[in-house]
Amino acid sequence: MRKIYTLTIAGILALGVQVKAEDVKIGLLLSYTGPIEELVAPMADGAEFAAMEVSDSGIFLGGKTVTAVRGDATCVDAGAATAAAERLVTVDKVSAIMGADCSGVTGAVLQNVALPNGIVMISPASTSPGFTTVEDDGLFFRTAPSDARQGQLMAEIITERGYGSAAVTFINNDYGKGLSDSFAASFADLGGEITINAPHEVGKGDYSAEVAALAAAGGDVMVVAGYIGEGGKTIVRGSLDAGSFDTFVFPDGMYGDGLLEDFGNELDGSFGQAPGTDSDGLATFAELVAPSGLNGEGPFIGESYDATALILLAMQAAGSSESKLLKEKVMDVANAPGEEIYPGELAKGLEILAKGGEIDYVGASSVELIEPGESAGNYREFEVQDGAWVTVSFR
Amino acid sequence: MVDIINAVTLLTNYVLLPGMTYGSHLGLGALGITLVYGILRFSNFAHGDTMAFGTMMTILLTWGLQALGISIYPLPTAILVIPIGVVIASVVVLGFDKFVYAHFRQINAPSVMFVIASVGIMFVLQGLIRLIIGPENQSFADGARFIFTAREFKEYFGLSEGLSIKVSQLMSLGVTTILVASLFWFLYNTTTGKSLRAYSDNRDLAQLSGINPDRVVILTWVIATALATIAGVLYGLDKSFKPSVYFQLLLPIFAAAIVGGLGNPLGAFVGGFVVAFSEIAITYAYKRFLAYLLPEGMEPTTLVQLLGTEYKFAVSFLILVIVLLIKPSGIFAGKTA
Repeated sequence: MRKIYTLTIAGILALGVQVKAEDVKIGLLLSYTGPIEELVAPMADGAEFAAMEVSDSGIFLGGKTVTAVRGDATCVDAGAATAAAERLVTVDKVSAIMGADCSGVTGAVLQNVALPNGIVMISPASTSPGFTTVEDDGLFFRTAPSDARQGQLMAEIITERGYGSAAVTFINNDYGKGLSDSFAASFADLGGEITINAPHEVGKGDYSAEVAALAAAGGDVMVVAGYIGEGGKTIVRGSLDAGSFDTFVFPDGMYGDGLLEDFGNELDGSFGQAPGTDSDGLATFAELVAPSGLNGEGPFIGESYDATALILLAMQAAGSSESKLLKEKVMDVANAPGEEIYPGELAKGLEILAKGGEIDYVGASSVELIEPGESAGNYREFEVQDGAWVTVSFR
Repeated sequence: MVDIINAVTLLTNYVLLPGMTYGSHLGLGALGITLVYGILRFSNFAHGDTMAFGTMMTILLTWGLQALGISIYPLPTAILVIPIGVVIASVVVLGFDKFVYAHFRQINAPSVMFVIASVGIMFVLQGLIRLIIGPENQSFADGARFIFTAREFKEYFGLSEGLSIKVSQLMSLGVTTILVASLFWFLYNTTTGKSLRAYSDNRDLAQLSGINPDRVVILTWVIATALATIAGVLYGLDKSFKPSVYFQLLLPIFAAAIVGGLGNPLGAFVGGFVVAFSEIAITYAYKRFLAYLLPEGMEPTTLVQLLGTEYKFAVSFLILVIVLLIKPSGIFAGKTA
C-alpha cells in the first residue's frame, strides 16, 4: 500500500515537472462574447497562428512548445474579465497575457490581476489614451496606438474633406470618452465646430433620444465613436431614417462588415479611419494566413499576431518565460537596432535571439513601440463606396 | 403659419413618432408582466427573454419563408409567421410552468420563490437562445421600409422639415391598438376573461365558484407569451434583434408596469408610454423647435436641452421613484403583494 502511495506521488510529481519542462502557456484574454464579439474570433486565430509558428520552430527556449489558453474578457463586464484573467493566472498558470481588447476591461485586469501577480500584458486593441499615463510597473504594452492620435487624425481627415462642423456621439466608456475628447480638442484647434457631444450607453433598447438630440444640434457630419453591435449601428440607422445626416465618420470601433450589412448604398460617401498599415509586413501576413481562411487585413488581426509574437520573442530574449524577466526585453525586440523580422520569420528571430543577437520586430502592423510601451500608430483612411469599405490611403 | 407646421413636423419626426413606437413596444411588454403579476402573483424576470425566444422562433420561420421565396410585400414576411412563433414560445413557456412553477404552486410557496425560479428560467432561456441563434445581431426586416421618407415629405409639401414614417412604426402602432383593444374586450366582456379577473381578485373564492385554476394559469401564460412575442417581433422589425438587448428591455418594461400600477393592465399600457416619452422628451434639444416658434431675433443660441442624453435612464427611474413616493400603488391603483 505504501509503495503504491509513493509511486503515485512520484508519478504526479513527474507529470508536473514534465509539463513545466515543455510547455509555456500564454493567455488569450479577448472578448469572445459581448459587443465586439464579431471582431474577436479572427483576432484569436491570428494570435494562435503566432503561437503555433513559435512552437513549430523547435528552438523556443530550448525546444519548448507554446499553449494558448483562452479567457473571455466580455468587453463590458470588468468583474467577469477580472475573474477570467485571475483564472488564467492562478489555475492555468499562464506566463503572460495577450489582451485584453476593450479599454475598460483591460484597465480593470491590469489593476486587479496583472499588477498584483506581476504578469505582462500586451494588448492588441486597447486604444484609450489613459494607458499612456497609467502606473503599470513596466508590465503593460500595446500593439495598438493610443486614441489620442486617432482623434487628432480624425479631426484632420474631416477638415481636409472640407467639413466644418460635426455632431459627435460616443459610447459612454473609456474608449468612446477618450476618443471623443481627443477628437474634440483637435477639431477645435483646426477651427471646426462641435455642435453636440452626446454619449450613448452600451446595448440599450432604444436610441431615439440620442438620434433626436443629434439631429436637433445638426452639423455637416456625424461622428459615431461607438461599437457596431452596441447602439452605433442603431443610431446610424435612426439618423438615416429620420433624414438628419447623410455623411458619417467611423473610427475603428465601427469598422467592420457588420455595419454595412443591410445598408446597401445608403452609407456611400461616409468615411473614417482605423489602425492599419500598407507595410510589406501586412501583405506577408495576409499571404501567410490566407490558406487557413483568415483575412489578415481585418481589424486588429495583425496586431494580435504581433502582440503574441512580441511576448514569445521577449521570452526568448530573456531566456525565460517569467514575466519579470521578459518585461525588460519587449522594447528591445520590438525596436531597432537588429535584424528586421516579418510575419512568418519568427523562427529566424528566435534563432538570432538564441545566439545572443538583436532583432527589430516589424510584424504585420509595423510594430514600433514608443515609451511607455505603445504603438506609434499607423492608420488606414477608408471610405464607403458602393456599399463596401475601400481603403483610400495610409497615414 | 408655415413655421408652426415646420415646428410640429420636427417634433413629430424626432419625438412623437419614435416615442409612440417605443412606448407601444414597452406597453405590450409591460402588459405581459402585469398579467402574470396580477394572476400568478409574481414578477416574471424571464419575460425579456421570453420576448427574445418568441422573436427568435419567428425569425427562424421568417428565414424559412424567405428561402422559399414567399413574401407579402410591402409588409414584412415576419408577420405571417408570428402566430406559429407564439405557439412554439407558448409550448416552451408552458413546459417551464409544468416542470418548475407548478411545483411551487403545489407547495404553496411564497412569491419570492417564484421570482427566483423565474430568474433561473431567464438564464436557461438566454442559454437556449444563444445556442440556437447565437449572440449576434440579426436583421430580418424585409418588405418596404418607408411609407414615405423625410426627403419625399419635404419636397411634396415644400417644408423645410421632413417627416419620415416607417412601415414598422405604423405597424407597431396599429398592431398594438388592435391587440390592446381586443385584450380589454376579452378581459371585461367574456366569461373566460372575467374568470381570469376573478382569479386575480381572490383565488380561493374563484375556485369555490367553480373556476378551473389550471385553465386560468395556462391562459395567462399563453396571453403573456403572445404579447411578449408580438412586442419582440415588432421591436425587432423597427430596430433589430439582439438577445442581450432584449434582456436589457426588461428594465424599462418593469418600470412601465410599476409606474402604471403592477397588476393593472391599463396602467401597464399607459406606463409604457410614460417611460418612452420621459426618455425622449426630456433629453431632446429644443433649439430648432423654438427657433420656428419664437419671433425673429429671439432664437435660442444654446441647444435648449433639459438634460444630456446620458441621463435619459435616470429620468425614467426618477419618475418611477416619484410615482412610488406619491402613489405607491402606481398611477392606476395596482395590486400590492
